[in-house]
Amino acid sequence: MAPMKLYGWAVSPWMARVLVCLEEAGAEYELVPMSRSGGDHRQPEHLARNPFGEIPVLEDGDLTLYQSRAIARHILRKYKPELLRSDNLQESAMVDVWVDVDAHQLEPIIRPVVFNVIIKPFTGSDCDQDLVDESIEKLKKTLEVYEARLSTSKYLAGDFVSLADLTHFSFMRYFMATQYAEVVEAYPHVKAWWEALLARPSVKKVMAGMPPDFGFGSGNIP
Amino acid sequence: MAPAAVKVYGWAMSPFVARALLCLEEAGVEYELVPMSRQAGDHLQPDFLARNPFAQVPVLEDGDLTLFESRAIARHVLRKHKPELLVGDGSPEAAAMVDVWLEVEAHQHHAPTAAIMVQCILAPLLGGARDQAVIDENVPKLKKVLEVYEARLSKTKYLAGESVSLADLSHFPMLRYFMETEYKALVEELPHVKAWWEELKVRPAARKVKEFMPVDFGLGKKVDQ
Repeated sequence: MAPMKLYGWAVSPWMARVLVCLEEAGAEYELVPMSRSGGDHRQPEHLARNPFGEIPVLEDGDLTLYQSRAIARHILRKYKPELLRSDNLQESAMVDVWVDVDAHQLEPIIRPVVFNVIIKPFTGSDCDQDLVDESIEKLKKTLEVYEARLSTSKYLAGDFVSLADLTHFSFMRYFMATQYAEVVEAYPHVKAWWEALLARPSVKKVMAGMPPDFGFGSGNIP
Repeated sequence: MAPAAVKVYGWAMSPFVARALLCLEEAGVEYELVPMSRQAGDHLQPDFLARNPFAQVPVLEDGDLTLFESRAIARHVLRKHKPELLVGDGSPEAAAMVDVWLEVEAHQHHAPTAAIMVQCILAPLLGGARDQAVIDENVPKLKKVLEVYEARLSKTKYLAGESVSLADLSHFPMLRYFMETEYKALVEELPHVKAWWEELKVRPAARKVKEFMPVDFGLGKKVDQ
């Protein structure tokens, strides 16, 4: 069986979300690098894989998948189902809740901070500081909820690590490289949970491909 | 063993609450809708925050389990009561395609559809004016997304394959409102998307849930409560 192929650029947080799952699963895969600045994702060859013109895309035999969380679920279902807990109704429901909390509560807040604070300076645009400040205030309220949750369970879905935790890593990796990391570190249980994530071999491996400046500083622009 | 009582907290005209109700109806699960008032700020009260600290509806209580995030609730209801709507025939391929198109709904379809719907329907109901600039920004985005849907639905009857799934159902609540705007033409000009929508809306579960979803969100009429 040919190894799975993952198309994209490794610095992308969407790409990294999938890479962490592949590493956790110990699955064989080939990373097919693409160039964002070269517009590879808009070429007909890629649009045939993903008509939305985005990365990552996973090829697993005849199956071609896109949307990072759908790819993540597929990999774990196939190779490490305990990270989804699909055999347990209560636990799998909690995994689903916190995967969606990341998608709909946390990521919409930290994305604009990462974009304004890290990327914009490199692309010659002005940082929207008002938006950043507003986002940080929202983040504090959201982190209060995470702190309360992680005070009662070791991980987000329960006392077991799951996709719910892993899915948070890639965007947080960049947020925590900004001066606003201290906002997260003020919450002791969130901080401990984050540090536990960073200690995972899968996360260390994927993080090695994610320079905090997305590669802009060294000229390795994706 | 008697089944645990299922309760949904929220206002049924919310497309997010409706998503949960639709799945319960599809699965034939008995449930109680605990009505809440957005205007009265019920979602900000301590007893509700104890259920969902993010202060949003819907919340589902299923025995000891308290869930929030409408698509997580949907997954749970179907996993428990009608798994074929979540995982198809149970093959990895079938389950993966449902996940792909559910993510597409959440991350490609929802934002531009909601943006247009809010400006056309909600903004005027809430006493404001529609912001045409927001609509004009989102129409081309939605057009591009729907072109992908048209291509997909030209190949398969439903989004994840030949059988209906949560991926299709998840679109119903927002489209229910969007299709009351003049921008419904974006759907109607695409024959396969149009046919797919026509099929969705006549499902008994969809018809039932629509009864709770007046196009004026219950805001247009002055009724003594």
